[in-house]
Amino acid sequence: MEGADRVNGNNFVLRLRDVHLRRGTRVVLSGVTFDVTRGALVAIMGPSGSGKTTVLRTIAGLEPFDAGRVAIDEVTLDGGAPVPAPTLRQLRRKVGFVFQFHHLFEHLTALKNVWLAPVHAHGVALPEAQHRARELLRALGVEHREQALPRELSGGEAQRVAIARALAVDPPLLLMDEPTASLDAARRGELGDLLRGLTGQNRTIVVATHDEEFARFCGARVLRMENGVVQ
Amino acid sequence: MSRPYILVVLAILVFASVGHAQPPREFRWAGDPEGGAPFVEADPAHPDKLVGFDVEIADLIARGLGRTPRFVLVAFDSIVQAVARGDADVGMSGIEDTPARRATMAPTIPYYEFREVLSVRDADAPRLRTLADFAGRRVGTLGSTIAYDILLRAERDYGLKAVSYDDDVHPYSDLILGRVDGVLLDNVLAERRHRVIHGFTVQPQSVAIGHYVGVLAAGNAPLRDAVNEILLRAMRDGTLERIFRKWNVWNDDQPALHAQLLAGLPVAPISGVDSGAKAANPANPQNPANPANLGNPANLASPWESARLYLPSLLRASVVTIVLSCLSMAMAIGLGVLIASGRVYGARPLRAALLGYVELMRGTPILLQLFVLYYGLAAAVRLPAFVAALLGLALNYAAYESEIYRGALEAVSTGQLEAARTLGLSELQVLTLVRGPQAFRLALAPMTNDFVAMLKDSSLVSVLTVMELTKQTQIFATNIGSWVIPGTLCAALYLAMSLPLAALARRLEQRWKAPTA
Repeated sequence: MEGADRVNGNNFVLRLRDVHLRRGTRVVLSGVTFDVTRGALVAIMGPSGSGKTTVLRTIAGLEPFDAGRVAIDEVTLDGGAPVPAPTLRQLRRKVGFVFQFHHLFEHLTALKNVWLAPVHAHGVALPEAQHRARELLRALGVEHREQALPRELSGGEAQRVAIARALAVDPPLLLMDEPTASLDAARRGELGDLLRGLTGQNRTIVVATHDEEFARFCGARVLRMENGVVQ
Repeated sequence: MSRPYILVVLAILVFASVGHAQPPREFRWAGDPEGGAPFVEADPAHPDKLVGFDVEIADLIARGLGRTPRFVLVAFDSIVQAVARGDADVGMSGIEDTPARRATMAPTIPYYEFREVLSVRDADAPRLRTLADFAGRRVGTLGSTIAYDILLRAERDYGLKAVSYDDDVHPYSDLILGRVDGVLLDNVLAERRHRVIHGFTVQPQSVAIGHYVGVLAAGNAPLRDAVNEILLRAMRDGTLERIFRKWNVWNDDQPALHAQLLAGLPVAPISGVDSGAKAANPANPQNPANPANLGNPANLASPWESARLYLPSLLRASVVTIVLSCLSMAMAIGLGVLIASGRVYGARPLRAALLGYVELMRGTPILLQLFVLYYGLAAAVRLPAFVAALLGLALNYAAYESEIYRGALEAVSTGQLEAARTLGLSELQVLTLVRGPQAFRLALAPMTNDFVAMLKDSSLVSVLTVMELTKQTQIFATNIGSWVIPGTLCAALYLAMSLPLAALARRLEQRWKAPTA
C-alpha cells in the first residue's frame, strides 16, 4: 500500500479504481481501473459498446456509478452514492468535456459559446473573456466563423468551436469523445498536433476513439476496453 | 303502369305534400327564463315547467290563434334578433317598446306599462333621489335596455358612470356590496328584488315610463294584427288584469294604458324621461330628452351616421380590450414561467400541487372562474370589476402558458444541459442562460397564438360589467337592430389589434434565428 500511495501521489491527475456501472440488467462497466499521469495523452480504444464513452461520462460526473472510486487530483467520487453538490462544483473546475456531437449552445454564436462559461461560471471580465475566446478560435482555425450560429457550422468547425469552448475554462483534465469523428485526414492531423501541444502545457487529455491511426499519430498511451473492462 | 293510374298516384302525392306544407299549428315564442321572474321563469316546484305573466299571455295568444304554444329559449339580449331571423314567431320576456323596434320590427300593442325606477342603499335614500344626484357615482342596469340608454345619456349630462350587467339580479347584489351606488331598472324588477334582498330603497320618483310588447318580424304584420286583437279582447274582458293581479304586478298605471288602447289612441313608446332636459330644446332631434331618440340614439340616422356616432365608444371599448389583454398576458406569462419551473425542477408535492392547479384551470370554464372570482368571493374579497377580469384571465391563461413552457423546457436536449454543466455553470445559470432562452424560442409561436386567443377571450369579462369591444358592439347592434355594420367594425378593430401582434411575433422569431453577438 505504501508503494501504491507513492505512485498515487501528485504525479497522477486521474485514478479509477474498480469502477462498476450497471444500467438495468446490462453491465456497462465491470471493474475499470487505470491511472493517468499529469501531462499525459491517453486514448481509450475499443469497439462500439465497450464502455469508452461511459468511462468519460463517469469521470465528468455525468453518470452515477454503482461501486468503485474515481479521483481527479484531490476530488474523489465514490460509487453507490449521489455526488455531493460541493464535490460536483470542484469537479467541474477540473474536468472539461468535448462531446462527440458537440452540443454547442444552439442559440448563441460560436464566440459567445466560448466566452459564456468563463464570464458566468468563473467571473472573468467580459472583454478579457472575449479576447481569450478569439485567441482560442484563432488557434483552432475557426476565428472567421465567430459570428456563426452552431447550425451554420460544418461538422469540423463545430468540433473545433467545442474544443475552444472546453479549453476556455482552462481545465487541467480534458476529456474528448470521438474527436475525429467529423474531421477529414488533414484536420485529424491538425487536431493531433493541437493535442500534443496542449499536453506540452501540462494539460492531461483522455480521448475515447476507435481511430487507431489518430492515436498512433498523437503518440497517445493506449488503453484497450472490451466488455466494460480495461484489458 | 297505365297512364291514368300514374296520374291518380301523382294527384294523391300532390295532395299529400300540400297537406305537409301546411304550417305547423304551433305558436313559437322566444324568451329568457334566467332571472326572468315574474316574466318567465322555471317553476320552483316543477323546474321543467315555465311560469310567469309572459308565459300566461303567450298561452292566451296561442289559444286565441288556435295553436299550441311552444317556448324557444333565447338569451335576453338576443330575443329580438332571434325573432328577426325566424327562430320564433314572437319574442316576449319583458321586451321593451322602443322607436327602433317600431321602425325595424312589428311590435304588438303595449300590454304593460312600467316605470324606470332608481334603487339606492337605504342610507343613501335621502340624498340620491334623481339621476342628477349621481354625479361621479356608478349606476348599474341591464345592458341593451332603455334604462342603459338613459344612463349613457346621464353619463354625459350628469357625469355619472353607467355599468352594464348581463342579468337583473347582480346589479342589486352589487348595490348592497357597494360596487354600484344605484340601480336603474323597471319597477317590476326592482319590486321583485326588494322582496328577496333587504338594505335598498326604491325611490318613488320614476325616471321614465316604458311598455312591454311582444315583438314580431317586420314581415309578420298580419300575425301581429291578429295578436293585437287577442290582446285588446283580453284587456276588455279583464283576462289580462287577472293575469297581472295573479303575479302581483297590477297597479294604477295599467287601467289608464288599457283605456287608451281600447279607445284606439296611440301610445308613445317611452315618456316622462328625466335626463338633462333643463337647457335643451325639446324640438331638437339630437336632444336626449326627445323620447324619439331614446332606446335608439341612431334611429333617425343612416347606418353610416350611426356608425360614426358609435365609433368613439367602440374605440374606447377597444382600449379596454387591448389594455386588459396585454396586462393579463404579461401576468399569465410571469405566472406560467413560475409554474413551469416548479413543475420541471420542484419537489414532488409542489409538482403535484401545480399539476392540480393546471388541471383545475384547464378543466373548468373560464366563465365559471370569472363568476367565482367576482361574485363568489365577493363576501370575502370585493375585487373591482377590472381587477377581477384581469386576475381571472391571467390565472386561467397562466395554466395554458405553463404547459407551453414546460413542454418547451423539456424539449431542450439533455446534451445542451450536460454541456452547460460540464462547463461549470450552476443549475440556475443553466436555466437562465441555456435552457430558458432556448425554450423561450420554442414557446414563442404558441404564445403568440394564445395572445391572439386572449384578445378574443377577453370578451367574456363583460359578464363582470367590464365594457369591452364585443359587449359594446352587441349594444350597438341591439340598438340599431342590425349586426352588419357593428359586426364589421368590431371585426376590423379586433384585426387591427391582432394582426400587428402576429407581425411582431414573426419579426421576433426572425431576429432570433439570426446570429446574436
